[in-house]
Amino acid sequence: MDAFTTPLLAGAATGALLLIAALGLALTFGQMGVINMAHGEFLMAGAYTAYLTQQVVTNTDISILVALPVAFLVAGLLGLLLEVAIIQWMYRRPLDTLLVTVGVSLLLQQLAKDVFGAQGDPVHTPGWLDGNVDVFGYHWPYRQMFTIVLALAALGALGALLKYTAYGRQIRATVQNRDLAETMGVSTRTVDRVTFFVGSGLAGIGGVAVSLISGTNPNLGTTYIISAFLVVVAGGLGQLKGTVIAAFAVGIVTAYLTDWYSSSMAQVVTFGLVVVFLQLRPQGLFTVRTRGLA
Amino acid sequence: MKHLQKWGPLVGIALIAIALLVVAPAVLSPFRLNNLGKYVCWAIAGVGIGLAWGRGGMLVMGQGVFFGLGGYAMAMHLKLEAAMATGGPDAIPDFMVLYGDGTMPGWWEPFRSGAFTLFAIVALPAVATAILGWAIFKRRVKGAYFAILTQALAVAFATLLIATIKQTGGFNGLNQFTVFFGYNLYDPVNKKMIYSIAAAVLVACLLVVWQLYRSRFGELLVATRDAEERVRFLGHDPANIKLVAFVVAAVMASVGGALFAPITGIISPSDVDATASIFLIAGVALGGRALLLGPALGALAVGYGRTSLSESFPDQWTYFLGLLFIVVILFFPAGLGSVWSQALGRLRSVVRSPAVPKHRTAEPAVDDLEVAR
Repeated sequence: MDAFTTPLLAGAATGALLLIAALGLALTFGQMGVINMAHGEFLMAGAYTAYLTQQVVTNTDISILVALPVAFLVAGLLGLLLEVAIIQWMYRRPLDTLLVTVGVSLLLQQLAKDVFGAQGDPVHTPGWLDGNVDVFGYHWPYRQMFTIVLALAALGALGALLKYTAYGRQIRATVQNRDLAETMGVSTRTVDRVTFFVGSGLAGIGGVAVSLISGTNPNLGTTYIISAFLVVVAGGLGQLKGTVIAAFAVGIVTAYLTDWYSSSMAQVVTFGLVVVFLQLRPQGLFTVRTRGLA
Repeated sequence: MKHLQKWGPLVGIALIAIALLVVAPAVLSPFRLNNLGKYVCWAIAGVGIGLAWGRGGMLVMGQGVFFGLGGYAMAMHLKLEAAMATGGPDAIPDFMVLYGDGTMPGWWEPFRSGAFTLFAIVALPAVATAILGWAIFKRRVKGAYFAILTQALAVAFATLLIATIKQTGGFNGLNQFTVFFGYNLYDPVNKKMIYSIAAAVLVACLLVVWQLYRSRFGELLVATRDAEERVRFLGHDPANIKLVAFVVAAVMASVGGALFAPITGIISPSDVDATASIFLIAGVALGGRALLLGPALGALAVGYGRTSLSESFPDQWTYFLGLLFIVVILFFPAGLGSVWSQALGRLRSVVRSPAVPKHRTAEPAVDDLEVAR
């Protein structure tokens, strides 16, 4: 392990977390034009689910595996509730969805503070995630590898959903041309809800991964949401490959900057780099060609 | 009726001026007046947000940064003034001795001069937004991208402040000011004077914005908000138009922050971070972002609500702010002020013949974000 590879691995793990968080954002932003600032709180919900699961399933070795599907459901249902209660009334008003979900995010954060306390709660790492494996003479911590594997699995599952299922086809049709899809008999309402459920559920899974690294706390979502949005912005809308590349790029660059300067300077410099990057590619890494006026 | 439409806003500004400059100092206790001064500072920033967001369609989620630039610039001067009052011309602020090695970073040095500080309060945010805005608008980054970038800026700014404890006081911020440009800050007469300055600045900002809205620039700004491409085709560069609004808004926020420091006696990262920026937007959204007086009155109301709610329910204030966002955006997207002007417009059309076309208010069209397809 040397000064070069340590940040690379840690950065890849952070990138993986950002990827899980950003996938849901990119989905709902690309498909519905919804900017969900409460998405970070779905991460938080996932982390608290992991904590609560460990209170019930006391065997740490399997409690995390139990927590994964439960967190997906909890966060997904939270997202569905948000969509049905508020978001569905404000489609085509992207900046307003941003503001409304800021309100939701404040509510959920305060709720978490009141229910679980302002101090964080620890989530115990199962024994099989302790330690590391030696590959090519470098130590790869299991915990970081678990995060990366989880993100890639989520990415694969999402890709399969989009490519091979009927809903996936309908989602792609809705993204490309909402009105035409509607005309062809796609219920875009149902598709929107499924997308919101899946996107929020992914955040829940990401939350479980986060809880293994930093435990739970009410401000957990705020830590990741801005970086996740920077990933979406840098990656380009509605483009999974852009999101993937941008997530790992932001994660790794931040890790190196943290190593060289400090975590706060890293945040500032990363922000600067994204602004510079937008100078080169204002629409993000990948864009869908369009005849519309940008 | 025509006169009312032309001079109505001016009457409104005059009423606000009388309420803030004549009535409030006469009836409020010094403590309450000082609190009002705090809301006035937020309102000054709110007027700028109204210009950029309400008229220009640029949702600035990080206005706290510019509030902070002005606030910290002023606070640095006040800190040095306090140090120099007790320790001579080369004295340095107490916290630098406490946390650091007792040396002052070089970039603090110019802030010993009051004139430079006043210049910096205007110039710092103007230069910062000119560079940032130029980089963003020239490449036609807008809508949600712009909002998220400015919020990221606020997060980065607050993190930077907390990390640089030896230079900026860190999480505690800068406080314990004793002198304001030679005037004793503990003297109630001087406190009243600073309040009056803040109130006068708010009125001046309203007048500036009123003039801007009436000008050709104001029309171009609204046109850019509603149909940027058409403005471009007509031979104007929307980037320049937006840039002016962005810079003016940032300078107003900075001036608000500069007055906030001596009035509250403290400026800290929690006054400038993402949540503080969102709080500034809440007032503007409540009052009516596209109206002239809406942002100022909304900011005053939300400021008052924040103080009175946190007095009785310290933790429940966040619930209130969250609910406020949801209810206002969901049901009154153009703010409460527009409910009033809509009702007035409807009343007018009922009183007059129904054949007269509806009066068009300057409410924002549905915020348009071209979702790339």
